[in-house]
Amino acid sequence: MVAAPPSSAEPGRLGRYLMVAVFLGPALFMLGVWMVYPAIYTIIRSFFGQHGFIGTWVGIDNYKTLFTTSTLKTAIKNNAIWVAVVPALVTSIGLIFAVLTERIRWAVAFKTVVFLPMAISAFATGVTWRIMYQQDPGLGAINALGKTISGVVSPAGVLSQAVPSIPAQQASGGAIVLKTPTHPGGVALLGLTGIAPDQVPKSAKQAVRPAPKPGDVTGTVWRDFKPGGGKAGVVEQGELGLPGVTVQLRDASGKVVQSTTSNADGSFDFSKVPAGTYHAAIGAQTFAKPFGGYSWLGPKLIVPSLMIAYIWIWAGFAMVVIGAGLSAMPRDVLEAARTDGANEWQTFRRVTVPLLAPVLSVVFITMVINVLKVFDIVFALAPESEYAKANVIALAMYFTAFQGGGNFGVGSAIAVFLFLLVVPVLALNVRRFRRDM
Amino acid sequence: MTRSRIVVVALAVAATALLVAGIAGAKTSAHARVHQNLAVKGSISFDGIWTSSSGQKQFQDVINAFNKIYPNVHVNYKPVGNNLPTVLATAVAGGHPPDMADIAQPGTVAQFAKQGKLKPIRYATSVISQNFAPAWKQLGTYSGKLYALVFKAANKSVVWYNVPAFKTAGVKAPKTFAQLLAAAKTIKSSGTPAYSIGGADGWTLTDMFENIYLRTFGAAKYNALSTHKTKWTDPSVITALNTMAKIIGDTGNVYGGTSGALQYGFNDSVTNAFANPAKAAMVFEADFVGGVITSSTQAKPGTGFNTFTWPSITPSAADSSAVEIGGDLFVTFRDNPAIEAFVKYLATAQAAEVWAKQGGFGTGNKNVPASIYPDAITRATEAPISTAKSVVFDMSDEQPPSFGATAGQGEWGLFQDFLKTPSDVSGIASKLEDAATAAYKAGK
Repeated sequence: MVAAPPSSAEPGRLGRYLMVAVFLGPALFMLGVWMVYPAIYTIIRSFFGQHGFIGTWVGIDNYKTLFTTSTLKTAIKNNAIWVAVVPALVTSIGLIFAVLTERIRWAVAFKTVVFLPMAISAFATGVTWRIMYQQDPGLGAINALGKTISGVVSPAGVLSQAVPSIPAQQASGGAIVLKTPTHPGGVALLGLTGIAPDQVPKSAKQAVRPAPKPGDVTGTVWRDFKPGGGKAGVVEQGELGLPGVTVQLRDASGKVVQSTTSNADGSFDFSKVPAGTYHAAIGAQTFAKPFGGYSWLGPKLIVPSLMIAYIWIWAGFAMVVIGAGLSAMPRDVLEAARTDGANEWQTFRRVTVPLLAPVLSVVFITMVINVLKVFDIVFALAPESEYAKANVIALAMYFTAFQGGGNFGVGSAIAVFLFLLVVPVLALNVRRFRRDM
Repeated sequence: MTRSRIVVVALAVAATALLVAGIAGAKTSAHARVHQNLAVKGSISFDGIWTSSSGQKQFQDVINAFNKIYPNVHVNYKPVGNNLPTVLATAVAGGHPPDMADIAQPGTVAQFAKQGKLKPIRYATSVISQNFAPAWKQLGTYSGKLYALVFKAANKSVVWYNVPAFKTAGVKAPKTFAQLLAAAKTIKSSGTPAYSIGGADGWTLTDMFENIYLRTFGAAKYNALSTHKTKWTDPSVITALNTMAKIIGDTGNVYGGTSGALQYGFNDSVTNAFANPAKAAMVFEADFVGGVITSSTQAKPGTGFNTFTWPSITPSAADSSAVEIGGDLFVTFRDNPAIEAFVKYLATAQAAEVWAKQGGFGTGNKNVPASIYPDAITRATEAPISTAKSVVFDMSDEQPPSFGATAGQGEWGLFQDFLKTPSDVSGIASKLEDAATAAYKAGK
């Protein structure tokens, strides 16, 4: 559409230019100061050395550094993974949500909930997810869920922290077996340490070394620790027996022949033991470790963990945009397809998706641009110890330019590189907008 | 007694009384009449790290005390916070630095000095010499010129321990490294992990290494390593790394194990160790741990937490009173009488005492009496700073920042790798050497 020239009092040429200048001037000035000048300066700066406003000419050395430093290479590789995974996932999850919310009753409520993360800053999201991802199930919500489930499936033992204070070995299955053999009339001493005072059962009494009994294997299982350490393997005053521990008697082949439970003073008694060589042992269930949590923020899972949090933010955006496209879609086509006998899946694949293609590509391209410059979620969510593993281009630029001695040269080179990556996608987007108009 | 004798005695008494009164009078009047200097005028812009939650008020008190003497100098303190290095580097690169700034990394000071951005503070030489041991002047000197005043110092050669956890285990604060390892073993047997490590913050690990190196080889060799005259592949580094592996490699004795320790930051490591019941027994970090304990746990000084000096490792080779410090170096980007007056004032005991008596402040100023510190634990951690025979600066802060002070790379990142694999001593050493070489080359 062309604006009609004002009919009355046609101003002169100069006046026209003046008016254009007055209207465009402020915008051009701001664009120049905030966009054009910094961009040009950054490009020029990327060919100069580390320090100062301009530094010394180094040619393309900064770009060489970009592709030879291992942390920067990781950043580029990670960005490639992000671009390959995240936009596709966000778009498809958004599509699924959009299509499904069309059918449900509380669509508005559901959409609001899914869209809600968009209202939270990425930094706050990062901080929140970092807490949820904590490995300690006492801190991290996700691992707490894991602990609750595993607590039902395989409950933790009463003395999961305990370690033997006497020569012993771990049998297959986790039982602790005394190395020194015993025989009828012998006394087996099962000392354990590494048990905090509050883990000792309330009913525990002073440990007692039982007297040998002919024909029986007696013994005691106790907390072999008193302040200062005490003597390992010796029942001393001030050391408590451990009641309720499953004690086993195993024969030479390792088979459990008798099993009993310790008394309040830790003592136990296997009666009428046939002659032979035996080993005393503590059952595996005593030592069953509680669920320790997955290391979501550790080196192996950090990148997927970051992506999940990022998708959590952007899925709502994709859903809303795709939902808008969906509601503008001609219904008669869908109905025609159904009348012709297409099932839901066929309708979705052959009709809905092709008709939505322009909207889907808008979401996809927007996400590609967003993901290329991803920064805040990584900065806030990844623990410092995993920055090297989680690094992305924008984060690498921040650390190189503004932290670590302010290497503005390499920092600018990274910025220019990132810019070059975004340009083709941006061009595609602009061309499409033109075509649509 | 004759009459004349009585008169003599009375006169003598009166004379003495007069003399005493005279001295006392002179003293009080000197206090009341602060010698004001109205001639020096001007305003000073100062960029500092302290914000309203971390010492801005205390520093403002120091400024106010300064203004009692120089009422016509206006000090404009800007609390920049932890972004200070970034803000300052950008401001310097852009050509508009503040008049003065507080820099925690000598490496950054050296960089600015080399680029000719800083003004020497030669005028403060004598006042600094009167108040500080020569080592402190040395800390602010780069290529023969005095550029910085170490106004505030943190004692990094201390270990904090959970008193009930030590009591349960029946161990005492160790004096030697062998005692430390023995105590740690006993603490583990008592059912509590001995060490709480904040491995998500790389600097907690470099601090541990630095104390081990200092206690094993002494200040001279330490300084040689700080300036990269000693290589990171040197046998001494290998020895120190092996010693460190005795702590971090005892993974069953580290709260949360290796992967847990890598996710706990400095603050977490403190709150874990001083929780009730204790999750761990010891934290190897500087005097500022005390502030975190009192603000985020229920533990009380003396009965809940206490400190001991970093245990000695080889008493023959290393002075076990040597202190590793972290500190605030005050530098000047401009030169005028107002700035000169302020820098000189800051070097006096008077200025340091304003903050020292409020706690959370250590200084190398030898004229600040230990009695000024508000409580016993503060005295125990801060007083050694000014009495130590040798003082060294936090090594990672002395390196080029890309090697010594950047999250996830250089020393911080590599010591986190070392925490992951404490057995790989030689691998870590050679990686450290490569990173140091690259950083020193880039800094030139």
